[in-house]
Amino acid sequence: MADRHLAPDTPELRERWGNFAFTDANKAKADWHIAKYPEGRQKSAVMPLLDLAQRQVGEETDTQGWLPLPVMEYVADYLDMPVIRVVEVATFYFMYNLVPVGKFHVQVCGTTPCMLRGSDDIFSACKKRGMEKGKVSEDGLWTLTEVECMGNCSTAPMVQINDGNYEDLTVERLDAVLDALAAGEQPKEGTQEPGRRTSEPSGGPSTLKEMVTENHDYRGDW
Amino acid sequence: MSLQDKDRIFTNLYGFQDWGLKAAQARGDWDDTKALIARGNDAIIDEMKASGLRGRGGAGFPTGLKWSFMPKESKDGRPSFLVINADESEPGSCKDREIIRHDPHKLIEGALVAGFAMRARAAYIYIRGEYIREAETLQKAIDEAYAAGLIGKNASKSGYDFDVFMHRGAGAYICGEETAMIESLEGKKGQPRLKPPFPAGAGLYGCPTTVNNVESIAVVPTILRRGASWFSSFGNEGNHGTKLFQISGHVEKPCVVEEEMSIPFRELIDKHCGGITGGWDNLLAVIPGGSSVPLVPAEQIMDCPMDFDGLKAVGSGLGTAAVIVMDKSTDIVRAISRISYFYKHESCGQCTPCREGTGWMWRMMERLRTGDAAIEEIDMLQQVTKQVEGHTICALGDAAAWPIQGLIKHFRPELERRIHEHNAQFAPETLEAAE
Repeated sequence: MADRHLAPDTPELRERWGNFAFTDANKAKADWHIAKYPEGRQKSAVMPLLDLAQRQVGEETDTQGWLPLPVMEYVADYLDMPVIRVVEVATFYFMYNLVPVGKFHVQVCGTTPCMLRGSDDIFSACKKRGMEKGKVSEDGLWTLTEVECMGNCSTAPMVQINDGNYEDLTVERLDAVLDALAAGEQPKEGTQEPGRRTSEPSGGPSTLKEMVTENHDYRGDW
Repeated sequence: MSLQDKDRIFTNLYGFQDWGLKAAQARGDWDDTKALIARGNDAIIDEMKASGLRGRGGAGFPTGLKWSFMPKESKDGRPSFLVINADESEPGSCKDREIIRHDPHKLIEGALVAGFAMRARAAYIYIRGEYIREAETLQKAIDEAYAAGLIGKNASKSGYDFDVFMHRGAGAYICGEETAMIESLEGKKGQPRLKPPFPAGAGLYGCPTTVNNVESIAVVPTILRRGASWFSSFGNEGNHGTKLFQISGHVEKPCVVEEEMSIPFRELIDKHCGGITGGWDNLLAVIPGGSSVPLVPAEQIMDCPMDFDGLKAVGSGLGTAAVIVMDKSTDIVRAISRISYFYKHESCGQCTPCREGTGWMWRMMERLRTGDAAIEEIDMLQQVTKQVEGHTICALGDAAAWPIQGLIKHFRPELERRIHEHNAQFAPETLEAAE
């Protein structure tokens, strides 16, 4: 199991987050999520609501966001659930941040397929820039986390930074992505290898070559 | 004879073309879905049984048979549900992602047809939380399908009402286990349930539920259109169809590719991946089906047919067809130890043998990595894997044990070499005393 702990419940935390409430836009989204589940099963929506809450905290703090205890209490109240059930969910799933993180959550995959393709160098490069696992960098920009397989194994190594994946990394390509983010730009997501589209063999697909240039309908050949 | 493009199901696999509804329809999706449904529930299930499709999520259970376990009528008013497992998290696996972001309409159409066949009221697609952009695409595709009347009330004018909802996970490998997924959908920690009752009897919200992998569902409409005999013409007996292979690690060009089942390993790598880095002589071992299956040494895998039975014969499994290739530069002990760390990280903590065992096994593996151990500890580790395997509610305990067992089986001399080397370096006197 992953070691995960709640941030201490302090008067300062209550002061800052005790009045948390969804914005109108997020309320609408929350209710849309709840409507996906049968009546009386609204607590099925606890995961999407925690995600919304974390994102709203992120917007308010200019970070990826996290889940202070009073925010979890708000979600519990919204769904008419005991707080402990919400805390259980928040602590069980790894994507809920239980402590504050930086503006950019640099989640480097270190599982075997990425390791074989050089994720060690990616970690070193992050550390060289002053990132430390589980810590927010002094400028508030970065939090480094080693994550488990992200499902980008054929375009490894990779990093997920907030909502975007950056794949086929080398140290230089990673630096370019991080520099762009630090400068307030949005680098291109997906593979960073020039000329590669997604997960086809690099240099061009070995199959389905017609699809590169046109939306080919293969039914004529059936 | 190898698979031709006309027989590939996922023609937009690489996303060179638009994933949207219009483009998907131009490729053949949602083509008279009403007629597929008009064949009737049992005819669809029979066709799926005849096609020989085995579940693409790893276990390889026959898909049509699984659907036939669902109740034919609801005696107590409980609805039935289809849950689609898009919680792709097995290290090495990256196929469902390509389906979802590049061919989502195949999945949604499959959900309708499969859901209808098993008499489900709705499908929940449980997509892993980290697939953020993929989830955005999938939700847009679902919205498109609703707007076009393809799903929802009177779906595709078939007279059948069917909803498709997407539910995002939040980073827990264990939710790929079907009962953990159901728990998670109900808003709880994803801890697997004891079976029985099986989901087909009491699953989501206590209602009959079938959980299928994304690929298993997305191939359904094409199989129905082209016929069971077309699908079963590929692959060896009992291992039919086409399959998305995901090759990662030490090949020249890692990729995802749809190929015929039972394709020999060497052909798969040479044809699509540009060979092994450093040539075939440089191949050390392969994990052929995602991190849960035991590794296979080079000489055994080279000409092995890549299917359920072929890989079983070499002591491993097809799993999700996530092929992790390791050349001779690999620190094989570290590669497996990293997988042990993965299972330690992802154990849900419910069963003691797994919760405690995964951590213990990882720590032991880390000592074997540096050789800081005694020879007997290899046997002790083997014994502990046997105490974890088969003694937990779900298969995560097994999945944590098998890679280590595979390592000990095939690389014991390497483990011993490291121990001798380490001990000679750091404790020569102990070694002498032991002798």
